[in-house]
Amino acid sequence: MSIAFLAEQSFNALQLGLMLFLMAVGVTLAFGTMRLINLAHGSFFMLAAYFYAWIIAQTESGIVAWVGALGALAILAIAIERLIIRPLYLRDHLEQVLATFGLILVFNDLVMMIWGRDPVYVPLPDILSGHVMLGDIAYPTYRLVITAVAVVIGIAIWYLIACTRTGGLIRASADNRAVVQALGANVDRLGAVVFALVAVLAGIAGIMTAPLIAVTSGMGDSVLIQSLVVVIIGGLGSIAGALVGAILVAFVEVFGRTYLPMALGNTTGFALANMAIYLLMAVTLVWRPFGIFGKPR
Amino acid sequence: MTTLPLSVRIGIVCVATAAIAALAAFGDQTMLRFASRIAIMGLAAVAVDVVLGYAGLVSLGHAAFFGLGAYVTGALALMGHTEGLIVWPIAVGTAALAALIIGALALRTSGVYFIMITLAFAQMFYYGANAVPGLGGADGFRLPSRSTLGGLPLDNPRAFFVLSAFILVAVLLFARRASFAAFGYALQAARDDDVRSAASGIENYRLRLAAFAISGAIAGLAGVLSANLTLYIAPSSVLSWHLSAELLVMVILGMAGTLYGAVVGAAIFLALVEVISHYTDFWAMYVGIAVIARVLLIRDGLLVTLRRLVTA
Repeated sequence: MSIAFLAEQSFNALQLGLMLFLMAVGVTLAFGTMRLINLAHGSFFMLAAYFYAWIIAQTESGIVAWVGALGALAILAIAIERLIIRPLYLRDHLEQVLATFGLILVFNDLVMMIWGRDPVYVPLPDILSGHVMLGDIAYPTYRLVITAVAVVIGIAIWYLIACTRTGGLIRASADNRAVVQALGANVDRLGAVVFALVAVLAGIAGIMTAPLIAVTSGMGDSVLIQSLVVVIIGGLGSIAGALVGAILVAFVEVFGRTYLPMALGNTTGFALANMAIYLLMAVTLVWRPFGIFGKPR
Repeated sequence: MTTLPLSVRIGIVCVATAAIAALAAFGDQTMLRFASRIAIMGLAAVAVDVVLGYAGLVSLGHAAFFGLGAYVTGALALMGHTEGLIVWPIAVGTAALAALIIGALALRTSGVYFIMITLAFAQMFYYGANAVPGLGGADGFRLPSRSTLGGLPLDNPRAFFVLSAFILVAVLLFARRASFAAFGYALQAARDDDVRSAASGIENYRLRLAAFAISGAIAGLAGVLSANLTLYIAPSSVLSWHLSAELLVMVILGMAGTLYGAVVGAAIFLALVEVISHYTDFWAMYVGIAVIARVLLIRDGLLVTLRRLVTA
């Protein structure tokens, strides 16, 4: 087992972790600000990838596809928030689960109706399709770039939450929505802004992941559940928790898939590797029922 | 909660009995198969209603127990064990044990955490089943034969339907009796106000855990029957998280906290899917629209609305 291989695996894990963070931070913000559990979060991940694939096939311009896909997603998210999500803020979580599950069913079928059942492949941009030498390892340029982009976005999220007025309102309504409203802030508009923001974050993750995997209906489901595991481990409503949870889950996932089959033989190893992040979650729950950074609620 | 007049209740029981008897006597193969599916999914929905309606807990992980019941039945059948009197208790016991372990961890939390944790643990079984050697992985596997019950074969669809309906009715009666026992009242007290119930000496955690394990056992039993009906098991058919969500939809389509409402909901749901999939491959989209409409437009279940009309 060479150091180079270890380093490459670590980079892969870091990159997966940052993608999961972009998803999980949305789950955590939606719950923190609006007490909303949104299962359709994975649908934004999928829809952005489909939008991007379609626009880039029409225009062959990466920039147009990025702007178009995220713009369309933001508009869609605002419409969904207004029509379906807003009436559910004060209802119980069961109804939020059911309505957002309904949205998943609709979107999964809708993309198949429009773009067909076959997976859609998204080309890598030419400039990014090569490899970069990091010491001894040739690492794919594209993975390196999306890792960097994710870091920049992560810092931007932190700045938005910690240093701006909107961020202050988001943090305040996570603590007490009623008081924020009583102080004169427009919490409805804040909800819409946050919902569009988390949709765009999920969309960025979806677009950046699209060239690495095939774009298919239902691709958001597994990502959604992984990001829920991240949030359970990190603690619901905590942004630091989302980051720590995402990195933990990603490292366990990537290294589990590599080393467990080596250590335990292929059959047991693969089965355990498939279940590794859930076992990590179980262990965390024994230790802290509400996640590492979570508070009982 | 309002209760229906006695005459209406007796009427409902008579109609249900007549429907089961008529199906058992005159139903053809297709109808019997569909009716058996309703009974089986109804049973699973009753399991969800036990925790949702009586303990107030939203479980998004009941596919795990359903799937475990099915997988244990299937794995034992592959090894040549098909005697239901031995296999079924093992399968149901495994599901109950899994519910006990998952419940022990998940019940330390509540609300959204409980929903997400049950979902995540069910996903663990889903991905685990994808990788277990000898059970077909993601493609699933066919069962060599149906279980026998005390040596009697269950291959006759009529006999199988009668058995499924009998089990459903027996579980309904058992659960209904339990809901009027001290156990059921304590459980509902813990649901309504856990501080007061704790103050009056009710051990909320242990009570909920018991309910969750019973519910897991019932879902496991439904999984056992499902494996015997379809003779085909795959992670995507018995362990998918969509199944867990659909079970919640069924309970909500009927009425949570009534047990029989879950069966009505299962019948409505399966009939809806059957009819829509006759016209289009994209039936799931219309089901999704129906679910969203149900949540946004009809605030209570269909049965609550009906019941209000009857009792008004």
